[in-house]
Formats: sequence, C-alpha cells, structure tokens
Amino acid sequence: MLDTKPITVDNVVEMHHICKSFGTVQALSDVHFELRRGEILSLLGENGSGKTTLMNILSGIYFPDAGEIYVNGNLVTIRQPKDAFDLKIGMVHQHFKLVDVFSAAENIVLGLPGGRTINRRALTRHVREIADQYGFEIDPDKKVYDMSVSEKQTVEIIKALYRGADILVLDEPTAVLTPQETDKLFDIMRAMKKDNKSIILITHKLNEVLAVSDRVTVLRKGEYIDTVLTKDATIQSLTDMMVGRSVSLEIDCPVPQNVEPILKVQSLTVLNQDGGKALDDVTFGVNGGEILGIAGISGSGQRELCEAIAGLYPVTGGSILYKNVVDGHEVDENVVGLNPNDIVKKGIALAFVPEDRLGMGLVPSLNMVDNIMLKHYRKKKGFLVDRRTSREIAERLVDELQIVTPDVFTPIRKLSGGNVQKVLVGREIDTHPRLLMVAYPVRGLDINSSYTIYNLLNEQKEKGVAVIFIGEDLDVLMEISDRLLVLSGGRVTGIVDPRCTSKQDIGLLMLGQSIDNEKGADAV
Amino acid sequence: MKTLMIIINWINAAVLAGTPLLLATNGEILTEKSGNLNLGVEGQMYMGAVTGLAAAWLTERWFGVGGIIPLIAAVVFAFLMGCISGLIYSVLTVTLRANQNVTGLTLAIFGTGFGQFFGEVLSNEAGGYVTVGAETKHVFGNINFGSLTEIPVIGTLFFRYNWLVYFAIIVAVILGWFLNKTRKGLSLRAVGESPATADSAGINVTRYKYIATTIGGGLCGLAGMYMSMVNQKGIWVTNCVSGYGWLAIALVIFSTWSPLRAIYSSIIFGGLSVMYMRVPIPGMPMAIYMMFPYIATILVLILTSIRQIKEHAQPASTGLNYYREER
Ligand SMILES: Nc1ncnc2c1ncn2[C@@H]1O[C@H](COP(=O)(O)OP(=O)(O)OP(=O)(O)O)[C@@H](O)[C@H]1O
Ligand SMILES: [Mg+2]
Repeated sequence: MLDTKPITVDNVVEMHHICKSFGTVQALSDVHFELRRGEILSLLGENGSGKTTLMNILSGIYFPDAGEIYVNGNLVTIRQPKDAFDLKIGMVHQHFKLVDVFSAAENIVLGLPGGRTINRRALTRHVREIADQYGFEIDPDKKVYDMSVSEKQTVEIIKALYRGADILVLDEPTAVLTPQETDKLFDIMRAMKKDNKSIILITHKLNEVLAVSDRVTVLRKGEYIDTVLTKDATIQSLTDMMVGRSVSLEIDCPVPQNVEPILKVQSLTVLNQDGGKALDDVTFGVNGGEILGIAGISGSGQRELCEAIAGLYPVTGGSILYKNVVDGHEVDENVVGLNPNDIVKKGIALAFVPEDRLGMGLVPSLNMVDNIMLKHYRKKKGFLVDRRTSREIAERLVDELQIVTPDVFTPIRKLSGGNVQKVLVGREIDTHPRLLMVAYPVRGLDINSSYTIYNLLNEQKEKGVAVIFIGEDLDVLMEISDRLLVLSGGRVTGIVDPRCTSKQDIGLLMLGQSIDNEKGADAV
Repeated sequence: MKTLMIIINWINAAVLAGTPLLLATNGEILTEKSGNLNLGVEGQMYMGAVTGLAAAWLTERWFGVGGIIPLIAAVVFAFLMGCISGLIYSVLTVTLRANQNVTGLTLAIFGTGFGQFFGEVLSNEAGGYVTVGAETKHVFGNINFGSLTEIPVIGTLFFRYNWLVYFAIIVAVILGWFLNKTRKGLSLRAVGESPATADSAGINVTRYKYIATTIGGGLCGLAGMYMSMVNQKGIWVTNCVSGYGWLAIALVIFSTWSPLRAIYSSIIFGGLSVMYMRVPIPGMPMAIYMMFPYIATILVLILTSIRQIKEHAQPASTGLNYYREER
C-alpha cells in the first residue's frame, strides 16, 4: 500500500483509512487526516459528522475498526489514553474530564508517575511556570467545583501541556466561552503555535476558524471531504463544503404582524444564592408575533430571568403579568408564585441549554420518544401512556431538524452533542406555546442546524407566538430580533431596535454604560 | 462517681463493639472510593467469620498447637477469604459489568449462607459445637499491659483491649494517609469520582477497582473474624455477624467516606449498639435500641446534605460501572 506511506516528516500526525462504527452507526468511514508541525488546524463538520470520534481515536478513547495512524512518521497503535500522551498527544474534551472535588493542581498531576507522595509546593511552582509561559490565569489550589467553565478549560489545557503535549486537540473549546475569553484562548493558542506545537481546533463558529487557523479539514457524515488553506476560504465556501450543497446564510427577519402584548414584566427583582440581586428592577414587555432578543455578558441575569418567568426561580419583588383569557375575558394574570407545571399549561415554554450542555431537561438514558413523552403525557387523560403520538412527533422532529440518529429508540446520550440539542428545542416548540423562551439554543450546533433553529423561531413568530431569544452571538441577535433588550449585572441597560443601533453601542450597553441617545447624562 | 464509672465502662464496651465495625467500614470505604458500591459486607463478614474460626480450630487440631499460630492462621485465612469475596464481586461488576446493587445483595445472601452452612459442617465435625482452646482464646483476649491497666479511668479507656482494636485504628490511620496524601490514593479517588477522567489521565481503572475492592473485602473478612473469635470467643454461633455488615454500610455514610472520621463514628455506633446493656431504660423494648445507629445515620445524612460539603459526599461514580467507549 504505497499511498499509506507518510509523505513528509513535517506531518506530525497522519491518519489513513480510519473506520469506526458503533453498532449500526458508521461514525467514520475511510477518513484521512493530516496535521503539520506548528500549525493550527480547524476540523469542521456538521453535528454528528464524526469530529469528536476521530479525535477520540487519536487520543486513545476509542479504538478504530480499521486504519493506520502515523505520529512523527512512525506507525503507531494507540490503545489507551496513556499511549496517546506518551506520544505527546493531549486532548481537551467536549465535556471536560476533571474531578470536581479535586483542586486544579491535583487534576493536573493525576495519574502521572513520581514519588509516593505529591510535592505540592513543587507542583504549584511548575503549574505557575507553564501558566506564565503562555499567559494563563490559574489558581492551582482552587477546587474544580468552584470554577467557571473557562477556568475549567484552562485547567484542561494546562493538564495537557504539563504532560508535555506537543499536539493539542481542543474539542469545541469556545462553545461556552464569552467573546473576551475566546480572544484570550486564541492568544494562548498563537503562543503555543510559536512554540512549535500543533493544535487541532474543533468549532462550529466559522469566524473563529477564519481568525485563528492555518488550514481547515472538513468532514461530512463520517467521510473526509477536503482540506483547504484558511486564507483561500470564506464562511460561505466552508459551509457549502460541510453541508455538501449551497446554503443561504441570510437570517430573515420578517416584519412583525399582528403584534399584541402577551407578557409584562414589572420591576422584577430576584436574589442569587449569596443574597445579591441577580435581577434588579427589570421591566419590559413581550409581544406576540415578535422576537425579543436578550443580550448581555454571560451571567448578567439571563438564566434567572427566564427561570423566573418559567416559575423555576423564586421571585423577591415585582410582577410577571401574563395576558390570558379566562371565562371569555382578557385578564392580566400574575404568574409569580405559580408552580412551573401550571405555567407550562398556560402556554409558556422554556428551552434552556446550560453552559455544560448536559442535564438540560432531557434524560440521557431514555430515547427520543420517551423524552418527548415526558412533556406530552400530561395532555392525555387515562392510566396508560400513549407512546404512539410521541413517536410520531419524534419522527417528525428527526425529519424536520435532520437529527442524526439510527432511530427514535436510541438512548439520546448516544447522539452527538448537537443532535441532543435539536431534540430539546424541537420538543419545546412542539408543545405549541404562546410564549417560547429559548436560551442559547445554538450552543454547539453546526451552522446549518443553527439556521434550521432560526427558521423555526421565525415560523413561530409568524404564527403569533411571542419569542424570547437569549443568545451569545451579538451578530445573530441583531439580525433575528425585532427588539433587543440588553442586560448588565441584572439591570436593563436598554431596549433598542437592532436595525438602527450600532454593534458598538450595544457592546457599551452590555458593559453597563448608557448610550447617548438613550439616557444621556447618567453614564457611569 | 458511679455515673462516671458507667460512662467509662460504656466507652470501653463501645470501642470493643466498634472495632469490627471500624474494620468493615474501612473495607467498604476503600471499596467505594474505587466507585464500587458493595452491599455484600454482611456476607463477606460471615465468610471471614467462619473461615477464621475454621482455620484456628483446624490448626489446633492438626498441629496440636494453641495460641499465636492458630491466631495467625485465623487472620490470614479470614483476610484471604474476604479478598476472594471482593474478587468475585470485582469480576462480576468490573469485568462482566453486572449491576452493582444486585451483585452486592447477592453476595450478602450468599456469604451469609456460606458462613452458616460451613459453621454447621464445622460443628458436626467437632461433634456438637466448635470451640477453640483456652490458649487461642487468650491471645484474642485483652493484652496484658501490666500496671498501666490499673491507672484509674485511663487504664479502662486505653489499655483494656485486644490487639485487633489497636490494629483497626492503625489500619484506619494508614488508609486515611494513603487516600489523602499519596499519589496512588489520589488516583484511586479519581477512579471513584470520575473513571473517564482517571482513564484519560492514564490510570488503569480496572486494576484500581479490582485491587481496592479485593483488599476492602479482605478487611471485611477480618471484621467477620473478629465477630467469631473475639465477640463469641472462638465458638461458632449461627447468627454471629448479626447485621454488623449492614451497620458498616450505614457507618460509611455516617463517617462521610473518611477513614479517620470512621474511628470515632464506629465508637459511637458501637456505643449505641451496646447501649441496651449499659444504660438500660426500664420499659424500653430492645428493638428501639437496635434502631439507634440507623436513626443516627439518617440524622447525619440530613446534616451533611444541608451543609453540602462536596468533599463529604459519596464518590460520584459509586454504583456505576465504567466502559470506555460507552457514552
Ligand atoms: N460511544 C458512542 N456510542 C454510540 N454512538 C456513538 C458514540 N460516539 C459517537 N457516536 C455516534 O457517532 C456519530 C459521530 O459522533 P461525534 O460525536 O463524533 O460527532 P461530532 O462531529 O463530534 O458532532 P458534534 O458537533 O455534535 O459534537 C454520531 O452519530 C454519534 O451518535
Ligand atoms: Mg463533538
């Protein structure tokens, strides 16, 4: 087999003819992969296209059914994670692999050889050295359960570097980072590249691909498509390669019709665990037939806001008035203090994708049908559950959202991260709510699926549903929302029309500053 | 003065009753630290109890010696039998990935039957009932500390015990040091908290689970031997373990998975379990006394869940089997 010989020694990794299947799912077939020394390579592909699987093979989590792997020109067999880091390959997983009750330092030395007991002082020093070299900020003694996602990620990266990794795989590192944190990460990646390390970056955010990588490798449905130089690529060309046909990247924002108020939030105040104000005197209205975007630096009260409306978070002050029809009369009902179940019955639905993306209102070991039934069984009376309707819904969602799954009876934990999310959002929309709240629905979703979700939301809006959209990507928020509410530190700093406000101004509002035409003088 | 004496004697009795609990609890802590929830402690203790007694008795019979040699035989074989039971559990749950709860409960039932069956066999063999010689009984009795024993209060509190009491405390201290201070201890805890993390850090999850569970079983075997050799003084009594295995599982929770906290917790449990003899309350039925340790466990569970200290919780993966390619 001549073609399997490594072509140049400059390739630190070469993978040839890699195949891997899980039961009936062919996750990878005949995949080819090359990584050069000192480059940042983006690995692109839709949800479930096999990116994580390919990298798990490289890092020893999965063993391929067929294919060869060359590292630094030598044919190698990677049977377990240890073999991988003996070859100086380190991976930061999509779902972090850290022990919660250990400190950063303990996680970093975990499993490494050395003296019988651990010299904590030397360890802390060494961790600090690595941190200083690349510009990380880390407290070696902090417990993982006290850390934010970005801190956890820092620990993961240092863990790999501490093991002497020269090849670093980052599986969707930016899916849960704020833009500022992402920039910091990219600076670190560039510093590592200068140090002649090779980095594989998996991400669904194409502007990031263009910003930091040197080359891009594209997978589609478990097959290798092509590798291109980043400088020759555009968002459009990459999307087309990923999807396999030309797709439009316009988010349309139809003009709202029949706008009528549905929800009025007045002076809403809630406390966080430490007794501080997570939401402070928040007032706004939501209209049917319109999408209200909510922007803000993560942790500015978005989560508390939608949970308070859904009845999942205790309210300290203020009211949430919901326009409902009781006995033929229109009334403003205060939903504060009602139990979540009653709120759902009134037609308020919440699809929340938390930062860790796991544990988001789905039961991982149940299949799609049963997960959908969790929401639907209440609609039917009677003693026995009705699986047929749920099954029909499941099959329809698979179709409409192009969910990659062998069938609707596969436990959803086996689906790829993005596909799990489609199930969640799809299920909420399918309850036909009058008010639909979606928080971070496209976290970790590939670009095509993101657009599918945007279209779904627009469809809901046209049906007269009031949509609250909490997002991270300001560009998307500005394109899709009819009105944009900006939160900063739990306060509303502005409700603007995104079509006639600049991105800079919204950025200022997110930082808690007022913009001139808003409140003028009281800028902080 | 009289109440003080009652209390001091009660503490002494509590330590003696707490020692098998401490051994078994440490065994179970070690096991659970590897992520295996072994509910079979009661059975493992029965297996250790009968094996220890049989080893001592047979050594006396075959070699005609009493005292230290039968003692060594009892300790070694009870420990080995405990290890075998732990090994069986590991094969079933780690290699064959059987459900941990089911396997543990089965082991509890199997071990109880094993102990009671061979106890009867032994009794028949001995022509009625088994009992070891006076010399062997003596080495399992209190250590002779000479005049130290006679010091008021201190003598009773610290120097009127058999060697296993001190041994159990040393085991607890060593286990505490191992888990918290050593590299291998860190790895073991990682296996119990998050096997996928340990695995990706290059730790051999299977090996850690096997070794911890096997040695943990060995400690439970020793705890069982204590029941037959010390508590029953070398005589086979059909119900000799009498629920101490279940108490040990509760005690693991009570001591919040810490071998060092297990030392005083086991003394408290020991004290509660002998309370009916030491502080009799007229009219109080025996069954109520027997509930005390469990009530204490429930209280601790409530307290720890209110305080929410993450380090004091059960290792996160306890009860779950690990398979690398599963997700
Ligand atoms: N351990 C597993 N068991 C069963 N199926 C699996 C397993 N791991 C992956 N798969 C399947 O293999 C396919 C590829 O999954 P993979 O996680 O590699 O996708 P991905 O490209 O990383 O997607 P995403 O962008 O959503 O993370 C999916 O269809 C997934 O369901
Ligand atoms: Mg993935």
